Amino acid sequence: MALAEPRKSAVQPTWVERIPAIWWALLLVLLTMPAWANDFILFQVMGWTFVLGMIALSLMFLAGYGGMVSLIQMSVAAMAGYMVAIFGASGVGDISMGLPWWLYIPIAIVIAAIFGTVVGALAVRTEGIYTIMITLAIASAFFYFTRQNYTIFNGYSGFNLVVPPQLFGVDWRQPMPFYYLTLGCAGLCYGAVVYVSRAPFGLALQGVRDNPRRMAALGFNVTAHRVASYTFASVIASIGGILLVWQNAQIAPGTAGIPAVIDILVIAVIGGITRPIGPFIGALIYVLLRTFSPDVLLAFGLSGERFKLLVGLGFLALVFFSPDGVLGLWERWRARRARRRDPLTGGEE
Amino acid sequence: MQGFIQRNPVWSLLIALVVAVLLWLVFAPWSDELEEVLGRKRVFLNAIFGGITLGALYFLVASGFTLIFGLMRNVNLAHGSLYLLGGYIGFEVSEWSGSWFLAFPVVFVIVAVVGLILQNQVFRRMEGEELRQTMVTIGLSVVIADLMLWRWGGQSYTIYAPDMLFGPMTLPVISSVRDSGEIVYLKYPAVRMAILFAAIVIGVGMWLVLNKTRLGMLIRAGVDDREMLAASGVRIQYVFLAVFAFGAGLAGMAGIVGGTFQSLSPGEDTRFLLASLVVVIVGGMGSIPGAAIGALIIGLSEQLGLVYAPTYSVVFTFLIMAAVLAFRPQGLLGERR
Repeated sequence: MALAEPRKSAVQPTWVERIPAIWWALLLVLLTMPAWANDFILFQVMGWTFVLGMIALSLMFLAGYGGMVSLIQMSVAAMAGYMVAIFGASGVGDISMGLPWWLYIPIAIVIAAIFGTVVGALAVRTEGIYTIMITLAIASAFFYFTRQNYTIFNGYSGFNLVVPPQLFGVDWRQPMPFYYLTLGCAGLCYGAVVYVSRAPFGLALQGVRDNPRRMAALGFNVTAHRVASYTFASVIASIGGILLVWQNAQIAPGTAGIPAVIDILVIAVIGGITRPIGPFIGALIYVLLRTFSPDVLLAFGLSGERFKLLVGLGFLALVFFSPDGVLGLWERWRARRARRRDPLTGGEE
Repeated sequence: MQGFIQRNPVWSLLIALVVAVLLWLVFAPWSDELEEVLGRKRVFLNAIFGGITLGALYFLVASGFTLIFGLMRNVNLAHGSLYLLGGYIGFEVSEWSGSWFLAFPVVFVIVAVVGLILQNQVFRRMEGEELRQTMVTIGLSVVIADLMLWRWGGQSYTIYAPDMLFGPMTLPVISSVRDSGEIVYLKYPAVRMAILFAAIVIGVGMWLVLNKTRLGMLIRAGVDDREMLAASGVRIQYVFLAVFAFGAGLAGMAGIVGGTFQSLSPGEDTRFLLASLVVVIVGGMGSIPGAAIGALIIGLSEQLGLVYAPTYSVVFTFLIMAAVLAFRPQGLLGERR
């Protein structure tokens, strides 16, 4: 029997063929965007989307694959941003050391990763809702600390004039270079998360998420896997944080204030925390709402300040009706369409 | 208590020592050398009393939070919004009627009704789904915060205490001894003493209800084993509704108290949500005595920190929380589940 059955195809499809067409279309749109979009869209909308998407991606990695909803990711990102401002150059000459870029970027990422790992080591002692509360509390402690500390974090005013280095003769803060920079970093982080999720470590992590006791019985070190996932997520968040500080050209305690911390959670949840593309979708929706909702609200005769209300109501409706975000809505819609055509009878249900 | 002393002799000795030193510092007149090291005794006493009063306020907010969590496993991150809403409504009522005392029952009823709606319309639909509850209540707190910003604007409000509680009162605690040998007693705002007194009464009342009445028995049984209680024929949803309404109303009343001795402004909701989070994490989830001890510790550390290390006073609270988490993750009085 087994011999008679023909093999599906003699040649395995190459990886190029295995990627669905829609991804190629998306890649084409993203790569050619500078040709047809204006600078505002490139820098403010898309650049910000990629940056927020990366930070939310780190949350998605922890929440989706590790089952740990950590609200510390924005603080880790801000930590990396602060380190760039402190070790690199900024408008605050007394504190900034002005090291070269190839030194301060690794330092920033390493310090932020250590910070994230330490917080993670504290947070993994708890589970579920406690993790949220503890990370929220530590995130606010970070906010208050940066606001009060003047010797390292320059207190309330933070750092200004933090700009990316002039590399290869390109000003990376111009809209087009910055767009490609954020696109490249976002693509790398996305690829890294997808790769890790299929690597042995990621699979073990998903096992830990689903049944920690069974994984422990199989000989996996549950705590070590969780802490390591915090480290990995912190690296992604810190890359996002560095880009964020370059985009704004400044960093202040408010960058990682409680509203910003909540925003990252909102972005990840709106997009959906089941797949790595979710945070980027969520970030795009958030940025579009944030950028254009004042105009829409004004058009309806409401005050433009009510943008938070709009975001909050949208978020509320989404989590109420679709806990797995926009991606969940999309998947359910596709499932319903697929169900309509019954493959056996060919008729409609 | 006895069991605790027998099990942890070293810890109980340490705690007794710390309490004894604190009591001595409060009641004994300070010598000159001591004042040189620690500063004026009046400053220290004010910090201690301020800390206890702040702890009382935190207790009012956090006890509802911990009760709701302990009984229903409901994570209500909109608790801070209930606090601020209660404060604003209390301000309106006391302005309109001119009576500070009238604001309390009115606010209690209104915010309790809001709590009833929350429990019946939101939490009941997602029982046991902690993550979803968290998200929904975060969304709710964002919406409520913006609605309140819309209605009451960004300025800060203060609720005025009635004349009866206006001005200072003298406490039987020695503040300093003048050179002439005359003893100066500590003067402290009367309204704060009233708040402290009310918080103690409410705390003792809650303890009595929880431990001595049939309703309390139901609630404690629900905390320990919800399914079994429901299986034995108790309409558990009504118990849930009652507890949620009570906790919400308490948060609302705490809003009036907070508006009287501090102020009400946007952002206070997250501040008090965080405070109650830290208090219940330190004290232990679902434990009323734990909330009291946690609130006291946090209030004292905040005020003492403000006096002796002003830059980092806010960070102290979180350091305490991190230390508790590292050595006793279930909280000081929490039970392992």
